[in-house]
Amino acid sequence: MSDINISERQAGDVTILDLEGKVTIGEGSVALRNAIRRLLGEGKTKILLNLGSVGYIDSSGIGELVSSFTAVNKEGGTLKLLNLTQKIQDLLAITKLLTVFDVFDDEASALASFN
Amino acid sequence: MEESFSLPSRIESVDEAATKADEFAKRAGLGDDFIASIDLAVRESVANAVKHGNKFDESKSVDIKLIRNENGFEMLVIDHGNGFDPDDVPDPTDPANLLKASGRGILFMRAFMDVVEWTEADGGGTLVRMIKLQQT
Repeated sequence: MSDINISERQAGDVTILDLEGKVTIGEGSVALRNAIRRLLGEGKTKILLNLGSVGYIDSSGIGELVSSFTAVNKEGGTLKLLNLTQKIQDLLAITKLLTVFDVFDDEASALASFN
Repeated sequence: MEESFSLPSRIESVDEAATKADEFAKRAGLGDDFIASIDLAVRESVANAVKHGNKFDESKSVDIKLIRNENGFEMLVIDHGNGFDPDDVPDPTDPANLLKASGRGILFMRAFMDVVEWTEADGGGTLVRMIKLQQT
């Protein structure tokens, strides 16, 4: 069974990736990296990561969020985070990454922020 | 109570170690928050041992010992690499390092365990000793 499922939705020019499962060292981190690379290859540079169903993330997964953020920025795009679990919020606070990411807890506000 | 086991130096061992530690902690009667901290610490320490210690050399094992005692929980993770100095790892919360992709595992281990120490293991390699104290 896969560690993570990533499904894609489009809302105007914003691409929403719904992540479900674990973003951890190995498969989960690689799947996220591949998904972001694919979107950038398709010219999709406004990306909202919905982490509401991510049950677990480790330092490798946090690192992959950072890599995704910088990869999208490099293409002139924007990557934002939606629906952080308490655990992910805690880890982003410990790493001081809450100061880096734009974080939202409702999708409508997140989508509006891209425009 | 104690449990010791060894795992090969591959990524799958991270999940395996976490599962064994989780089962051990449940048998030891530890609570959910306590177990969540252990889970994170075992994953990060075993990942470090596999990646940076043994450098994915599957002929080298990662040796793990779990101990439940009157103070709480103690865990030893040993690799057979070339040694490790945690002071060599840049502070990932320094603004200059915030956007680096790696280097946060030690921060997590320190954040979720009460004691984290690195020493040279017998015969070389690194021994990480982590303790989580049980609140009374």
